[in-house]
Amino acid sequence: MLELDDIQHFLLARPRALAARYGFLCFRRPDDGCAWLAGIIDRVGRGRAVTSGGPLDSRWVTVAFTWNGLRALGVDETSLSTFPEEFRQGMAARAAILGDTGANHPDRWVGGLASSDLHAIVILFARDVAERERCVQEHQQYAAQFPGVEVLSTLDLEATPPFDYAHDHFGYRDRMSQPEIEGMDIEPTPGTGAPLKPGEFFLGYPDENGDTGPLPQPGILSQNGSFLAYRRLEEHVGAFRDFLRANGTTPEAQELVAAKLMGRWRSGAPLVLAPTKDDPQLAADPQRNNNFDYGQMDPHGYAVPLGAHIRRMNPRDTAVNMNRRRIIRRGGTYGPPLPEGAPDDGVERGIAAFVGCASLIRQFEFAQNVWANDPRFHELGNERDPFIGTHDGSYDMSIPKRPIKKKITGLPAFTTVKGGAYFFLPGIRALRFLAAGAPATYATTVSLSQDALGA
Amino acid sequence: MSNVSKANDWARPAAMALPKEGYFALEQGRYGPTYPRTPACHGFTIIAKIKPGTEGEIRAYGKRIEDTIAASPHALAPLQLHYLRWVLFDIGPEKYFMYQGIFDTDFDKYTEDAIQLFKATGVDTVFEKLEGFPSDWKTNAPAFIKFVREHQCPSFLEYGEYPYVSAAEIKKALTLKDAFSSILDQMQ
Repeated sequence: MLELDDIQHFLLARPRALAARYGFLCFRRPDDGCAWLAGIIDRVGRGRAVTSGGPLDSRWVTVAFTWNGLRALGVDETSLSTFPEEFRQGMAARAAILGDTGANHPDRWVGGLASSDLHAIVILFARDVAERERCVQEHQQYAAQFPGVEVLSTLDLEATPPFDYAHDHFGYRDRMSQPEIEGMDIEPTPGTGAPLKPGEFFLGYPDENGDTGPLPQPGILSQNGSFLAYRRLEEHVGAFRDFLRANGTTPEAQELVAAKLMGRWRSGAPLVLAPTKDDPQLAADPQRNNNFDYGQMDPHGYAVPLGAHIRRMNPRDTAVNMNRRRIIRRGGTYGPPLPEGAPDDGVERGIAAFVGCASLIRQFEFAQNVWANDPRFHELGNERDPFIGTHDGSYDMSIPKRPIKKKITGLPAFTTVKGGAYFFLPGIRALRFLAAGAPATYATTVSLSQDALGA
Repeated sequence: MSNVSKANDWARPAAMALPKEGYFALEQGRYGPTYPRTPACHGFTIIAKIKPGTEGEIRAYGKRIEDTIAASPHALAPLQLHYLRWVLFDIGPEKYFMYQGIFDTDFDKYTEDAIQLFKATGVDTVFEKLEGFPSDWKTNAPAFIKFVREHQCPSFLEYGEYPYVSAAEIKKALTLKDAFSSILDQMQ
């Protein structure tokens, strides 16, 4: 049974939000950090609000910490040593594993994200920009009481118009495929697969193997927690459009190339079900738009190339142990949209997203290291994920086609990693434990019902 | 940079001498250094001392694995194997187990899948007979992986008569050969 009063809402549902702000914090003084946290816990969204069926609040707050942040709040070394090694090292130290080299190297990251001073992130989702600005003002006034809490950087996000569905700056419809969690009583859409055991995303619950695994200690800190991998990914919209023009002589041909890179038309319609022509109605129908496999319906990749983004990130029936690799994605777009036909203006724009999971090394790092960056994925030989793989112009993209495949050589980098970090997303009781300075004597007997009332 | 430079010259036998570490340049994988693809593909050689008195049980598992594969011939397919060799040998009065695998994927990349398969096919129960194997391996995948990596002995020379050819390519070639044979039969 999921403890929905304790689990932060972040991985359980997407807020209906058009704006967001991410605040990256450093706790220069532990007492200020704890006091700041103590005063903000009651504003943190809980899973229960998601399932109650009532109207969601107009703003949703999430708080998560780096390993250094846990130490800065007073978590002792014995406890810190029980966290997984990849989390202890942090994303910047894992750059070589993730393919964050060259232009993606942490030395080039912005916002202090590669620094050991990065201790926490506060994520605010708001229904619109006005509400975000109101909340930001409110938080600034609140945080001003704690001079030992330093804001390293912030990032404002806004949905990219048109707003009829979520999409990135390249124009690809987002949020098409997401695992459901057992216990949430949400019927998965066709093609999504059965709901996954909560332990794949929340610590302290059985995972798909029936294990709860060795948990970070003390239990009050880890129970109901998750790990988040944050990625700030600049999208080179001008370069992407130039590429489409160079590889398609007509607008229709360009759209097909864009679809082949992704595995879906930009509308979201899957190529497996709409291989030759876009189908916006299919794209908008959740009962149909995810209902396909590869092994039976497209084994050779004539519809979705073997190296297309969605085929790498979710190989469906063509990979083993898929239920141990699933992730929950959150995030949005930042930066101004680049009008169609306009030359690239050099302004940074992109997506700033989170991957939620119970094991960074088994779920997020596997996806990035193997599915995105292994050139020999699916026997391809010299390809990487066209969007989130590391590119230097030396990799290819094969598009199976009868009688012979089309091969695009020298795929350019459409994105650049501008920052990233690993965070631990604690449950509400764990937040109270941290706000109290993580004392070894902390009472663990506070009941959830008491806690839900803010006791 | 791309690593496509390993030209697909399968007809030219090749050998590769490797440094003591087993790799030329340190490339970090998720669980530690990764080892290069050689003319003999990827692989590992795990050598560990067995617990006294378990030789008979280990040998008996050979038959059990044979039966498992006979019943489910594709049980190990996800590992993209060419060959596995299991050997028991003596060093002085002690008995050692060597587990050598030749396959097409970087073991670091699919470590968790391999362990899942070890469990499914009973290979893990052989590991339980090895000295130092973590007792909580069923729930502690990182400890299992650490044991495997600590007992991996990298090669200092690997040779391939048909270098860099994957098992999938070999199977495709043989499938084509069968298809052509069938066509020729039909032409008679």
